[in-house]
Amino acid sequence: MKIAVTAQGGDLKSPVDPRFGRSSYLVIFDDETQSFEALENPGQSVHGGAGITAAQELINRGVKVLLTGNVGPNAYYVLQEAGIEVYGVSAPTVEEAIEEWRQGKAQPLNSPSTGSHHGMGGRGCMGPGPGRGRG
Amino acid sequence: MLISVASGKGGTGKTTVVTNLALALAGDYKVQVLDCDVEEPNLHLFLRPKVYATEEVTLPVPEVDGEKCILCGACSDFCAYNALALAREKIILFPELCNGCRGCTMVCPVGAIQERPHRIGVLHRGKAGEIDFVSGRLDVGKPLAPPVIKAVKEQDQGKGIRLVDAPPGTSCSMIEAVRDTQFCLLVTEPTPFGLHDLKLAVGVARILGIPFGVVVNKSTLGYTQVEDYCREEGIPILLKIPFQRHYAALYARGGALVSEYPEWERAFREVFLKIERLVRENARTASG
Repeated sequence: MKIAVTAQGGDLKSPVDPRFGRSSYLVIFDDETQSFEALENPGQSVHGGAGITAAQELINRGVKVLLTGNVGPNAYYVLQEAGIEVYGVSAPTVEEAIEEWRQGKAQPLNSPSTGSHHGMGGRGCMGPGPGRGRG
Repeated sequence: MLISVASGKGGTGKTTVVTNLALALAGDYKVQVLDCDVEEPNLHLFLRPKVYATEEVTLPVPEVDGEKCILCGACSDFCAYNALALAREKIILFPELCNGCRGCTMVCPVGAIQERPHRIGVLHRGKAGEIDFVSGRLDVGKPLAPPVIKAVKEQDQGKGIRLVDAPPGTSCSMIEAVRDTQFCLLVTEPTPFGLHDLKLAVGVARILGIPFGVVVNKSTLGYTQVEDYCREEGIPILLKIPFQRHYAALYARGGALVSEYPEWERAFREVFLKIERLVRENARTASG
């Protein structure tokens, strides 16, 4: 079974990134082969629909479990429809997060844990809140 | 002549300029105003039009027929706005992210996608005295202003003087409002913030290749760098409106300078004559 962890870097020692859609990396661990692959999160660079993009990537790669910090409403809906289980983890690194989940200590997220656009650093053209600067 | 009034920084006086220009010119010309500040339209507060038509602005969003859909993912792969996702057994649509480009309908190999109109705003048409009035309003919670702005601009009568009240900023919305206009009037104020955003707006006008000039509102506030910048860059200042408490009070009551002060009526008519001259000169330079 494949378990995905949102991460700030591309290996098992990397810190967990608490954002889902705009995390830097997705580290995907296969507990049957005990191997992992890391990919840059395709959601981090899109204007809108970051969480949806990241969720689609997990679906396409056959991931069954997601370990992260926060998931917004759109991404949560897609993950749920695809039958991917979502857990919130408090461990600092990817491998510790997987261990936390293995021991049954990870918290299942039964609803979106943030509002839309929570993890947005910059401002996209199409994003809300263009900063009107009214005097 | 199609003239846009933009600013960069918000709250500098775009609507004041549009209102006064429209009222000053309405006696001699056919005038149409187009309020393209669709996230916060306010021109109606000053021109108080009689609205005779209201229509919905919609985008064509996809609707997937689950019977025909073969779950191939062509539509979700194609969608550049991530409005479609392929989950296990169905295509999920996020209408808020859809830009209405219709690409999904075209790439679907089995014709499973129908389009339905998704409302994102409204358009009002009316008349304020002799002035033709058009205003768009984006629905609350809808993120896409440009299609509503486009709908407002499609009401352009094509003759007489048309004044576009653009949204603040220099993002997609402002560009949509300003593009294809023959002249852009940039309204600013003598503050560091006003100057900073004026420079951004000047950059947009230059990239779009639209001739432009500046109105300095509240011009007596004391920060001289705005005028220094215009002088250095060779940007014409077409009007200065000094800061006066009774002007602010008039504005707060929804009044217009040209209705109260004949000298301002003359001043705004002169602004238009200056714009005409600049547009002519620009056309000559472009063709020569």
